[in-house]
Amino acid sequence: MYFPQQEYIDDSIDANNPDLLRIHSIETLGTHDGPGIRMVVFVQGCQFRCLYCQNPDTLDIHGGTFISIEELIEKALHQKSYFSKKGGVTVSGGEPLLQREKLIHFFDRLHENGIHTCLDSNGRVLDSKTEQLLERTDLLLLDVKHINKDWHKKLTGLKNKTTLRVAEYRESTGKPMWLRYVLVPGWSDQEEYLHEWGQHFTSYKTVERVEIIPFHQMGKHKWEILGLEYQLADTLPPTAEEVNKAAEIFRLYFKNVKIK
Amino acid sequence: MESTTETLYFKPGNWNNAIDVYDFVLQNITPYEGDQSFLVGPSEKTKTLWDVCKDSLLQERKNNGCLSIDTNVISNITSFGPGYINKENEVIVGLQTDMLLKRAMKPFGGIKLVESAVAERGLKVSDEVVKIFNYAKDHNQAVFSAYDSEIRAYRSKHLLTGLPDNYARGRIIGDFRRIALYGIDRLIEAKKADFAAVAGEMTDHKVRLREEISEQVKALQDMKIMANSYGIDIAVPASNAQEAVQFTYLAYLSAVKEQDGAAMSLGNVSSFLDIYIENDLKSGLITEEEAQEFIDQFVMKLRLVRHLRPGAYDEIFGGDPTWVTEAIGGQLNDGRTKVTKTSFRFLQTLYNLGASPEPNLTILWSKNLPQGFKDFCAQVSIDTSSLQYENDDLMRTNRGSDDYGIACCVSYQKIGKTIQHFGARANLPKALLMALNGGREEDKGSVVIRNIPQMEDGILNYDSVMNMFKITLAEVARVYAKSMYIIHYMHDKYYYERAQMALIDSDPNIDIAYGAAGISIIADSLSAIKYAKVTPVRNDIGLTVDFNIEGDFPKFGNDDDRVDSIAKEITTIFIDELRKHMAYKNATPTLSLLTITSNVMYGSNTGSTPDGRKGGEPFAPGANPMHGRDVNGAIASLNSVSKLNYEDAQDGISYTFTMVPKSLGSDKEEQVSNLTTILDSYFDRNAHHLNVNVLDKETLMDAYNHPENYPQLTIRVSGYAVNFVRLSRAHQLEVITRTFHDAM
Repeated sequence: MYFPQQEYIDDSIDANNPDLLRIHSIETLGTHDGPGIRMVVFVQGCQFRCLYCQNPDTLDIHGGTFISIEELIEKALHQKSYFSKKGGVTVSGGEPLLQREKLIHFFDRLHENGIHTCLDSNGRVLDSKTEQLLERTDLLLLDVKHINKDWHKKLTGLKNKTTLRVAEYRESTGKPMWLRYVLVPGWSDQEEYLHEWGQHFTSYKTVERVEIIPFHQMGKHKWEILGLEYQLADTLPPTAEEVNKAAEIFRLYFKNVKIK
Repeated sequence: MESTTETLYFKPGNWNNAIDVYDFVLQNITPYEGDQSFLVGPSEKTKTLWDVCKDSLLQERKNNGCLSIDTNVISNITSFGPGYINKENEVIVGLQTDMLLKRAMKPFGGIKLVESAVAERGLKVSDEVVKIFNYAKDHNQAVFSAYDSEIRAYRSKHLLTGLPDNYARGRIIGDFRRIALYGIDRLIEAKKADFAAVAGEMTDHKVRLREEISEQVKALQDMKIMANSYGIDIAVPASNAQEAVQFTYLAYLSAVKEQDGAAMSLGNVSSFLDIYIENDLKSGLITEEEAQEFIDQFVMKLRLVRHLRPGAYDEIFGGDPTWVTEAIGGQLNDGRTKVTKTSFRFLQTLYNLGASPEPNLTILWSKNLPQGFKDFCAQVSIDTSSLQYENDDLMRTNRGSDDYGIACCVSYQKIGKTIQHFGARANLPKALLMALNGGREEDKGSVVIRNIPQMEDGILNYDSVMNMFKITLAEVARVYAKSMYIIHYMHDKYYYERAQMALIDSDPNIDIAYGAAGISIIADSLSAIKYAKVTPVRNDIGLTVDFNIEGDFPKFGNDDDRVDSIAKEITTIFIDELRKHMAYKNATPTLSLLTITSNVMYGSNTGSTPDGRKGGEPFAPGANPMHGRDVNGAIASLNSVSKLNYEDAQDGISYTFTMVPKSLGSDKEEQVSNLTTILDSYFDRNAHHLNVNVLDKETLMDAYNHPENYPQLTIRVSGYAVNFVRLSRAHQLEVITRTFHDAM
């Protein structure tokens, strides 16, 4: 059995204290979620049920631990010198938008301290609070996991409608974003859909980079620990050839395609 | 002296009037701000020569790490005739013995140790040599004749360990550049003037100094003889780049022919040699290929330095290290960089000859280093894991000189001006257990430290433990200082380093380099006692065999001040205690947080500790957080270590850091950029040292299982580098279980 869907209840994840963020963990040497060296805050709670999820332990919106925004600011300041010119703080997850109201405050405090902000999101929610948060997000990393709504549903449990709207909204603000794409053999490597994905975003002026993240099995043990059924247990990572082929397709539509 | 010969022109300065290599460098250095694009590959001669060496190295490994031993000759500067690898291809010559990788006996540190090292190889020391020690005394015998029961107990109960009382202390770096710049005759002249200046009423100090200088003069004369056996005249200064490299090497070779100190370091020769190389390149006398050939072949020779060691030695210094430490880079006080093209050429040897633990290449990192050099260092680290880094901005300002080398692993030494006396280290977790056991050692219960009251039963109280621990540390410091006084007194008397000391100013200032192991265990243990509930589990005679820990507690390595401050405080307390005691030759006490590879041995000799570490488990190396307890990523871990105060541990604070390549970024360019940023920021926080390994755990596991496929796999361990396949299995496993910093 997969981790059950949870109702989106603001209270459960927000608790009552606006200064406390529900997080899973912190990585202080983040080099894969945004530019430079970053402190990455993995928030707890997600409503996507991606078959290939590498962090299934971040799904439960009741899990994780609370940490105050001020403590996070203090930690960020401790490593500010490592951020240098390019780096900063990334909030990843889990799905950060579930805690967007608190993140508005967090990002404001980071900006007060001259720290670059990055949001790594599935684009689950779009409302005025999301808009306010995106206003404070220097760089958005948006995961568009599939361009076809049915495949997206099969792969994540949810449709991609809101994600695409978030992308559209970001484009309208003129602020930069990187699009990310997890390449899973048999699930998200269909040529026609890769083209469709490229065509959909090719005219976007705010997309500075597209990142292809080849599926890997490093999250497998977490599924086992959690006792969850892992449908992709036998799926192999894409070969270098397959990854390059996907990159070639994306390069027809984007100038800057990176393989992670 | 003349500043020009036919082909050399040097800018004159004080170096013409006195022995002052530093001034020569200041006047003549050509700082290089560019990148590595000028570098070239190995010459045909170098390749041929290195192939011969690789064959012999393979034979050595197959033969249990020792190719051959000369059991008849006591090695000194002149005792072996010339040795060659493959004469027609050698542009830099000289071996320690008459045969490649043959090891020689240097028994004045301790004949017993030599005898057992030889016996372990199924050989026997010649009767003639054994007989000599029926009449002569060695360092080891002399030290033990002066030890008291207290020192012996501290030593045998593993409170003080690895003491240089049965092997040579090493660490003294001669200014090997002097022979190239001045030639032997001029150096002898200067030493004779020093001797004459020791005048007036005699004192112990003056008599000793006169004897020392006489020994140094003899050593200089011997060096000339040894060089002559290779057809080289070092009476006069080097007249070109090849000679400068050759003379410098012969000076170093003299030291390692006669001394087998644990660490026999080289200093900082690269930018000095660059002056000659630049000169010859400008005059069109040599090409870049030849310049690189000199350095490749010099470095090749340094890789082949061997000492005769018994098996037990491997426990404290695993992997047969020699610590031919060469400090590269850094800045001058006048704001120019010390980076030259030859700094790059030294690093290039890791490509031209492949990765290697020796020489122990140490980058003196300054935030002002040229970007091209920073990037090249990072690239070399990622490709070879063969470099370590030390904070030049910190050492230069805190210690005062911009002309220094690194002795052994991590220790500052002003070249030609100061020396240090090596002090091994005290086992702090063992001391903590004695504090908790009324001065008894936790294994058998014998009383080691008197006058320590027995703790009350039940949950440990932080303040009482701290009080007891402070009393214990004061006692440890007292006995430690006493033992060091004896050791260095006797070492000077029975195994004086005349070759190195001949290349150092007469009567230099001395640091006595004390050490401490297990600081992260101490921090975590005291943190557990303070923030969780720790109850000792005692056996029937009241000794702690384990600890029950209820609740969580902050752990060193997570950038948490609550525990990081404890590590800092204990370091301060210990050095303050050590400073209260007299040292031989009025040496200045310094402290290192360093373990070499003895962290494994310390662990196996130390019972369970209040941090949850079980008896027998290895300590973390150096000042590293304990394995797997730094859970907030690499930077939190770096931040914790950088809080330790260099003022308290001027002999060095060693941190060995292992990252998987991917955690630095997804491509080489990103990885290089991120690693330089990490180094800039870490050292900007006044951190002292960083060993950088960029390795996959899988690679190490594969090397553990298939050593034959990884003859040159190099990894950085505490303050130095080793061939992974030459470590013992226990050390290999310990390295594999260390924290690998990996992204989620």
